[in-house]
Amino acid sequence: MPKRSMSSVFLNGIVTENPTFRLVLGLCPTLAVTTSAINGVGMGLAATVVLIGSNVVISLLRNIIPNKVRIPAFIVVICTFVTLIQMLMQAFVYELYESLGLFIPLIVVNCIILARAEAFACKNGVLASALDGIGMGVGFTIALTLIAAIRELIGNGTVFGLNLLGDAYEPMLIMILPAGGFITLGLLLGIINKLTEVTAGKKEA
Amino acid sequence: MDTLTRFLLLFVSCVLTNNFIFSRFLGCCPFLGVSNKVETAMGMGLAVTFVMGLASLFTWAVGKLLVALDIQYLNTISFILIIAALVQFVEMFIKKSSPTLYKSLGIYLPLITTNCAVLGVTIINFDAYVVGMGAMGVVYSVLNGVFSALGFMLAIVLMAGIRERLEASNIPKCLKGFPISLVTAGLMSLAFMGFSGLFANLG
Repeated sequence: MPKRSMSSVFLNGIVTENPTFRLVLGLCPTLAVTTSAINGVGMGLAATVVLIGSNVVISLLRNIIPNKVRIPAFIVVICTFVTLIQMLMQAFVYELYESLGLFIPLIVVNCIILARAEAFACKNGVLASALDGIGMGVGFTIALTLIAAIRELIGNGTVFGLNLLGDAYEPMLIMILPAGGFITLGLLLGIINKLTEVTAGKKEA
Repeated sequence: MDTLTRFLLLFVSCVLTNNFIFSRFLGCCPFLGVSNKVETAMGMGLAVTFVMGLASLFTWAVGKLLVALDIQYLNTISFILIIAALVQFVEMFIKKSSPTLYKSLGIYLPLITTNCAVLGVTIINFDAYVVGMGAMGVVYSVLNGVFSALGFMLAIVLMAGIRERLEASNIPKCLKGFPISLVTAGLMSLAFMGFSGLFANLG
């Protein structure tokens, strides 16, 4: 693998290989917790911490873990960090812990984290893996916050609890319901595809 | 309420009103990833049902042990290891005992380890039936696992049927693939919401 500069490793997760919009990984938390912007940020940050921790540890252990049992080994490492985060959140941000609920332990099976361990951390050095974790985590957080802000704005008239649309606005409840999550993400992906298509066309011409 | 009515209500709740995909967002990855054809969707659904039933049984027993030893916080890590081991074991067993079944289910089994519906149901069971219930909890655990998996199967098979039709229809290029599937899922989710009023007067 050719050596890449540290900044491109970092930006890779945010733009070129954004886990949500480009790779379409980790859909369950993306759809489930994005009912309000604050939940989106919380979930994104929790996943980021787990991602950085697991990337660093797996990269440190990459020459020790036998190839055959690497997936179970990765899962144990990831799970350790998830349990840590779960306890920390329960202790310090109980309200967020309650509203994210089941989806905190489910970070374990978030495909983004396992995918980064498999595709990046077990082949690269510690520093690069940490940067990759930060980049991917930030990309995931941005995507979650964006989706959550759109859903909260249309479904409730607020963003981060701030009333933006005024009292005359009649909230569309459907955006907060599960159906709204699917539709918002679908349309967003469509818009992003269209934008990429247009910019790619410009470059060619 | 007698036991049979409870089982029946649990069935309706898992399959229709609290469908894993449409109202709880568990198992979305395989739902979108393996729903290209009705046939593969059926295979995936069956494999998930099998593993979820077994996983509910085993994690109930281990959950009781965790509670007895007062180390509940280890539930996630022990459940995911049980599921991973179980999937591996089921794969080997089916391979030896029934090659035909292996041919139809085999490729889906490794994918199930990272299906959040399986881990999700074991954690839901842990809170509801291990901590909160006695010996009867094991029956509810397994039923909850199997019924939820049937709900998953219903959703993924319906989705596959629609996607087979979508392949042939004229969709804007930027919406092809994932975007249109997500929008479809949203509309299906709306339809499933209709069920939630169905048994409101019963409970």
